[in-house]
Amino acid sequence: MPDASHSFPLLPNLPGVGYKPQHFWRILSDPSPVGWFEIHAENYMGDGGRPIAQLNVLAERFPISVHGVGLSIGGEGRLDREHLSRLKRLCDWLKPASFSEHLAWSTHDSHFLNDLLPLPYTNDTLTRVADHIDEVQTVLGRQMLLENPSSYLAFAESTWSETDFLAEVVRRTGCGLLLDVNNVFVSATNLDYSPQAYIDAYPLDAVAEIHLGGHDEDEDDHGAPLLIDSHGREVVDPVWALLDHTLARSGPKPLLVEWDTDVPDWPVLADEARRAAGALTRVLA
Amino acid sequence: MTRQAEFRGGLLNPSAPEPEGLTDGRNRPAGRRYGVYRNNVTVSLREALAEGFPSLVSLIGRENFDHVARAFLRQSPPKSPLMMHYGAGLPEFVATLDQLKHLPYLADVARIDLAMRQSYHAADSTGINPAELQALDEDALLATRFAFAPSMILLRSPWPAGSIWRYTLRGGDKPTGGGEDVLILRAEYDPEPHVLGPGAGDVLTALLAGAPFGTAIDAGGDSFDLAALLDLLLSNNAVIALNT
Repeated sequence: MPDASHSFPLLPNLPGVGYKPQHFWRILSDPSPVGWFEIHAENYMGDGGRPIAQLNVLAERFPISVHGVGLSIGGEGRLDREHLSRLKRLCDWLKPASFSEHLAWSTHDSHFLNDLLPLPYTNDTLTRVADHIDEVQTVLGRQMLLENPSSYLAFAESTWSETDFLAEVVRRTGCGLLLDVNNVFVSATNLDYSPQAYIDAYPLDAVAEIHLGGHDEDEDDHGAPLLIDSHGREVVDPVWALLDHTLARSGPKPLLVEWDTDVPDWPVLADEARRAAGALTRVLA
Repeated sequence: MTRQAEFRGGLLNPSAPEPEGLTDGRNRPAGRRYGVYRNNVTVSLREALAEGFPSLVSLIGRENFDHVARAFLRQSPPKSPLMMHYGAGLPEFVATLDQLKHLPYLADVARIDLAMRQSYHAADSTGINPAELQALDEDALLATRFAFAPSMILLRSPWPAGSIWRYTLRGGDKPTGGGEDVLILRAEYDPEPHVLGPGAGDVLTALLAGAPFGTAIDAGGDSFDLAALLDLLLSNNAVIALNT
């Protein structure tokens, strides 16, 4: 593999977008207003070919955030050592500005379920997640960021609030946080709490990146709104408002627009990034 | 049973009850909210398979494909978070389905979809300069063993699988005729399947097994076109070393 010796040590406080190969040439000719890109780690673990060649070109020009979706940090079993080694190879080669994963599980009994599955917030879960994050940070030799999930249900046995749980994980492991404000809005709507109160209780000092994305709307058995995190459309106005609420408390942060299904043409994505740039400008004004 | 074993149990089994102790945040049972995860898992795996097997989708139609995919993914969920490799067992699975017995070529056409994906993600390599081959004298050439690009994949089918694949995804003349040897080559980043002429599959099989060039071309028979095969291999950067 080529050596990405050009490295950007940090994500800038600018809008970024999730990288999609169909935008490659457009990005090279005019990336504005996007200042950095996020990739899903697992899509770049092949042996070679176009994905890796494109990523190498991209990494010469932009800070890259490596976002894992398959490590199963919250899994009951041991972390997949082979997968952790693959992540290490990718990070050693790419020298990304950030590495992040999810507060979720996706692998059970060696079956990978390709979804971010929910965790009860208990002392046992806390110990397990903290141990796994320690292992990841030790193997990768760097700090990782942990992302809050989109929740569609709650566990009767939970004894921690999500915000306290995340704060305690940070305290025990020294990891940073990736705050997904769309996930906050989705979970708060689905589980009937205030998204602003969640942000007010959230350990914002540990946040090193913020995610924004679109969601779909459904209903549960009682006709209550059930929002589904789909990353397939524009960010809705209440989520932009929640971003403003967050940035007013946290100060400027690297902001990522996620759009993973029904990916639009570049100008639509660039418009979303422009809106994120506007939110950053407002907080600096 | 652990909490995750219980949660996982119903994800790929629609007749399994929802796990206990899941709520809607208002102390009511979660009900269909668990179904969101069920749906996410099934749909994401099914979409990954549909994306990975475009000719199979086209040949049997999306609705039929979804039935096949659902049965496959329940039986064979991924064993790795690398979704680029998911579905390697689907061609064999298709071959076992009674409902598809009347389309006996399906599995081999699906193998081309799979090989195209494998080739796309295979390690990069550099083809030899054709002058290196021309520089060898006859004895040296006959004793040479070829090393091939990791992105090159040979598929041998008793059906016109390559022509069916091409007709299905690219249009053109309706395939007729018998078995085909199909060679997937990736000159740079885009793999392409090539239907080989008579004898070329036997020659390549021998070369891939490590036979020297002189022995391998004997396997080609009378109607084997050596110049055509060499041109195909060299123009697609498929030969990466000559081991003399």
